[in-house]
Amino acid sequence: MNDSVKTPEPQAGQAGAAGARRVMLDVRGVRKSFGALEVLRGVDLSVRAGEVTVVLGPSGSGKSTLLRTINHLEKVDQGWISVDGELVGYRRRGDRLHELKEKDVLRQRTRIGFVFQNFNLFPHLTVLENLIEAPVSALRRPRKDAVAAAERLLGRVGLADKADAYPRQLSGGQQQRVAIARALALEPKVLLFDEPTSALDPELVGEVLDVIKDLARTGTTMVVVTHEIGFAREAADRVVFMDDGVVVEQGPPSEVLDHPRHPRTRAFLSKVL
Amino acid sequence: MGFTTDSAPPRAVVPGGGPTAPPAADPLAGLTVVPARHPWRWAAVAAVLVLCAQFAHGLVTNPVWEWEVFLSYVLSETIVEAVGVTLQLVAFATVLGFLLGALLAFMRLSRSPVLRTVAWTYVWIFRSIPMIVQLVFWFNLGALYRELGVGVPFGPVLWSVDSNDLIGTMGAALIGLSLHQAAYAAEIVRGGVLAVDGGQLEAAAALGIPRTRQIRRIVLPQAMRAILPTAGNEVVGLLKGTSVVYVMAIGELFYQVQVVYGRNGRVIPLLMVATAWYVFLTSLLSIAQYYLERRFARGADRTPPPTPLQRVRRFARTLRAAGADPLARDSHGRPGGTP
Ligand SMILES: Nc1ncnc2c1ncn2[C@@H]1O[C@H](COP(=O)(O)OP(=O)(O)OP(=O)(O)O)[C@@H](O)[C@H]1O
Ligand SMILES: [Mg+2]
Repeated sequence: MNDSVKTPEPQAGQAGAAGARRVMLDVRGVRKSFGALEVLRGVDLSVRAGEVTVVLGPSGSGKSTLLRTINHLEKVDQGWISVDGELVGYRRRGDRLHELKEKDVLRQRTRIGFVFQNFNLFPHLTVLENLIEAPVSALRRPRKDAVAAAERLLGRVGLADKADAYPRQLSGGQQQRVAIARALALEPKVLLFDEPTSALDPELVGEVLDVIKDLARTGTTMVVVTHEIGFAREAADRVVFMDDGVVVEQGPPSEVLDHPRHPRTRAFLSKVL
Repeated sequence: MGFTTDSAPPRAVVPGGGPTAPPAADPLAGLTVVPARHPWRWAAVAAVLVLCAQFAHGLVTNPVWEWEVFLSYVLSETIVEAVGVTLQLVAFATVLGFLLGALLAFMRLSRSPVLRTVAWTYVWIFRSIPMIVQLVFWFNLGALYRELGVGVPFGPVLWSVDSNDLIGTMGAALIGLSLHQAAYAAEIVRGGVLAVDGGQLEAAAALGIPRTRQIRRIVLPQAMRAILPTAGNEVVGLLKGTSVVYVMAIGELFYQVQVVYGRNGRVIPLLMVATAWYVFLTSLLSIAQYYLERRFARGADRTPPPTPLQRVRRFARTLRAAGADPLARDSHGRPGGTP
């Protein structure tokens, strides 16, 4: 990361404009290379509290990499990312950025939920244990409170009766709903989804999308990478189209999906629609 | 396949056609299945049984075995005490060996090249030295370093002790066995950790679970599935491996048995005493391993396999059912459908 890059002032109040909600997630000029391959080539993105952003783009355009830099599973080479005004992975002192220790990065991650394409539930723990593990060990919540919260969340994703099942005893759709509940158990400020339905059989996609739509209605700030255009149209406040490591076009779904301005967006949409 | 009925000739029925009753729709309904016969299997079973009976007969009737000597020693105080020493060696070497082994395994998996190299070198050296050579080395530690001390590295010594006082014979044996075991345990643990899907650590990291907790709660329990079968092997190997410390005149089982037959010349029955104990202890370890493996298999299968007790109960139930209704097997054992 460049020492010379401009970064937000600590606790910068960004709810200045009347009526506009504060910026919850801010990605500025992010670049990331793997060896000689530059996967992110200056990405800018900002998501306001309660907003649902859907990221579209062809395979290999860097969508997963972008999500992974947001919760610091990947370090950025240049630029910066902040969640609710706090820099991710770095601390600013004067005009220097200090890399955070792993312990502090882990603490930051509890505020950024991540839902994986292939669920990554802990197979040796029951559904309930999967949900309370992070609140108890990372946030030091009392076990009793964590269990109560987990049971509420399971009810919310329609799996109240599966608390004692093991993940492998569940269908793919049920597993992904548990994974969503597990991410929610930390009460994150932003929830990131990396193709949450692409490992699922077509008839199971709907039940997972319904859960995400329900979260959207209740004002959860989310960034969703998906190929489900129908979902984007219905649930997204904003659609971001990425190609070749940059954001090519973004705006409300009615604009980007129905009247794309950029030829690359048009080419992509004509293939997936 | 034999036909027991000709009341519904298969070709006469058109599936779904006509007003006939639905049971006739399956042309094979009501046929009895006759299992295939295996005469050669029975011949092999008979031959093996005859051989086993002969061997058992020999064990009982051949006076060389001297079973009365065996019985008088197998639970004697000397032998039971020696078993205690053997168990002590196994327990300490297992615990210390696997603790050090796990540490070495995570050193080898760490991001630091120094830690990786140190761990690799340790495993390389301790796997290269035969255990017995190493044991004699530790036994002779006093010749190598007369005093062991604690102090500033390369500086003054603050506290020191005669190495033979500190270690002693039993200590030397324990250190030797543990260090040897650690080299193997390191590779076993590392193999187990590598077998855990990388997505697990990533998910744990994404949830902000503290690092040591990720290892203890997420990685190790899953690694145990791959670790336990090999680790069980190792502990059984160690149990028998402890018999080499007889070279250091430690009163473990094999040493004590040799002492006794050196005195009374009853070699065969006393070797049988040792054998019986090793078999008994290995059986206990195998049972423990079975239940440990079951415990760490939780969540691995949709339906966990039954415990041996459940299996016995189920078998008893089938027997009872078969006894009550001789035809029960026929009606249940019938394959469902195609000929
Ligand atoms: N750890 C890595 N090392 C090397 N190359 C990588 C790594 N991670 C990703 N890449 C490369 O970066 C590019 C972008 O990958 P990314 O997974 O972000 O794409 P994506 O937009 O999510 O694609 P998809 O829709 O197929 O999931 C790809 O060319 C990929 O091969
Ligand atoms: Mg991807």
